[in-house]
Amino acid sequence: MRYIFIVWVVCVAVVVGFAGFKGDKTRRPPIELFPDMDRQPKLRPQAENAFFKDGRSSQLPPQGTIARNSRWEQTAENTGRIPGGTNFVNAIPVPVTSELMARGQERYTIYCLPCHGASGDGKGVTSKLGMTLVGDLHDQKGRKLVTASDGQIFDTITNGRNLMGAYGSVLDPKDRWAVVAYVRALQLSRLGLLDDIPAADRASIK
Amino acid sequence: MAVLVLLLFGGGAVGGIWYYFSPKYTRVGYSPIQPVPFPHSVHVDQVGLDCRYCHSQVEKSWYSNIPSATTCMNCHNQILKEDPRLQIIRDSAQDGRPVPWVQVHKVPDYVYFNHSVHVNRGVSCVHCHGEINKMDEVYHAKPLSMTFCLDCHRNPGPNLRPLDRITDLGWKGANPDVQKSQGEQFAHDWKVNASQNCSACHR
Ligand code: HEC
Ligand code: HEC
Ligand code: HEC
Ligand code: HEC
Ligand code: HEC
Repeated sequence: MRYIFIVWVVCVAVVVGFAGFKGDKTRRPPIELFPDMDRQPKLRPQAENAFFKDGRSSQLPPQGTIARNSRWEQTAENTGRIPGGTNFVNAIPVPVTSELMARGQERYTIYCLPCHGASGDGKGVTSKLGMTLVGDLHDQKGRKLVTASDGQIFDTITNGRNLMGAYGSVLDPKDRWAVVAYVRALQLSRLGLLDDIPAADRASIK
Repeated sequence: MAVLVLLLFGGGAVGGIWYYFSPKYTRVGYSPIQPVPFPHSVHVDQVGLDCRYCHSQVEKSWYSNIPSATTCMNCHNQILKEDPRLQIIRDSAQDGRPVPWVQVHKVPDYVYFNHSVHVNRGVSCVHCHGEINKMDEVYHAKPLSMTFCLDCHRNPGPNLRPLDRITDLGWKGANPDVQKSQGEQFAHDWKVNASQNCSACHR
């Protein structure tokens, strides 16, 4: 009787010793117990796939084609340039509403703030962690970005500039204009003059 | 005697299957070796990046993308410029060869899952992926089994949160009761209908 019990304890110990416990960190891939239809010969995005020559399932569009629903028209709204030329548009070609502004703030916070900082002065967290060259959106000395046209800022977001990468793939044109609008608001907040404030309130900020 | 043996070994076998043949064992804790030791803890908690900076499609598509190497190079063209750990990333950004990340979370192919439905209805990443913001290496934190999905689909209310807090994984609300009633309110206002039909997830 005792031996049976000892054998049982040893069995349990061996199983637990090999298999471990629930939730242990492991390099072992997940076990699929009944793998019948778990993996089917279908495309999964960003996965390996031997069907295509370059071995990936997510293919770039063939030359001369565009994805459905993509914005291809050469309008100011999509390119930031005056149609038919290379000149940048001066003003945001979509209606600037409070929704657009709120969207701009949200997108700015996600994609721009880590480097350009909450106020746009180029002193985001990354500047303390090794990033030395970040544009100051107010550009106190040259005023280059303050005087730049809206279309030019749009173009910088779309294609990047100098050391800044392109954000056209993560922000669709509407969102880019929203960010432009928000950047304009940030700039205005630094350009304000005392005269812009109602006379009655001037004393309170002196 | 025979009864006792049967009880011990039979019970052991049943207990073992009950314990081990569960997604809580077969998946949870899976943490593959990645080609680049990318720490979410540094990028999310320390640098303060939003999940959507990298997983940019998560609100728009069923699929939450892994960022391309150019996304990393937005910063790492200046930060850790020469670091050997990032060699694969630099090569990939140069010649476009993909970085061979190993996928951690993967539902069976007969299950239809959709990120944008959940993320735009107040279900936070933390609910299905655990505290990614604290992980040095991503591991499979939740079972993602059918019960796991259905437990929420039967009563999603208490799990919903304001839409601007989806990617703020540490968010707890003022206190659990307030958060719960707020969630119920969202479920009502947004007419949330988390389907329990088989065809919602098996289509
Ligand atoms: C700097 C870019 C970046 C940010 C910001 C980021 N991630 Fe990731 N994430 C990655 C990369 C690269 C991988 C693939 C490598 C890995 O699995 O560690 C990944 C993997 C993951 C995975 C596992 C994917 C799989 O294969 O199953 C999850 C889940 C995830 N991230 C969630 C999040 C959440 C939630 C946040 C926000 C708190 C976040 N990520 C923020 C870059 C990022
Ligand atoms: C917003 C800027 C930013 C982006 C985008 C970014 N990183 Fe980083 N990364 C940083 C910062 C800041 C550090 C911390 C540097 C330090 O500790 O000195 C860092 C550190 C690292 C480290 C070293 C971590 C350690 O333990 O020391 C690795 C590896 C890394 N990043 C990989 C990546 C990968 C892969 C991507 C793309 C998916 C990426 N990073 C995207 C800013 C970024
Ligand atoms: C309702 C549950 C749920 C929520 C909420 C959720 N995810 Fe996921 N996530 C999943 C499942 C399930 C998978 C596996 C999908 C698959 O099989 O392709 C997954 C996969 C992923 C992957 C890996 C994709 C791949 O193929 O490598 C990433 C990255 C990811 N999620 C990021 C996020 C982020 C970021 C958020 C929050 C904004 C989020 N998830 C919210 C359930 C969820
Ligand atoms: C924390 C709560 C939660 C979890 C966990 C969850 N879901 Fe959901 N899911 C929801 C809510 C809420 C909705 C409804 C959204 C709406 O009303 O549009 C939903 C909707 C869906 C839909 C769309 C249904 C339709 O009518 O088209 C699918 C598919 C789905 N979930 C699959 C899954 C799968 C698969 C899992 C497990 C991996 C999962 N969900 C886990 C909350 C959750
Ligand atoms: C909310 C989403 C959801 C709904 C609704 C749902 N399922 Fe599932 N089902 C899943 C997921 C996720 C899995 C994969 C579980 C796993 O791999 O651990 C699954 C797996 C299964 C499996 C395979 C189990 C196995 O291990 O082989 C069967 C059979 C199944 N479901 C039947 C049903 C039936 C019948 C219904 C309707 C009554 C249903 N499901 C409704 C999400 C769902």
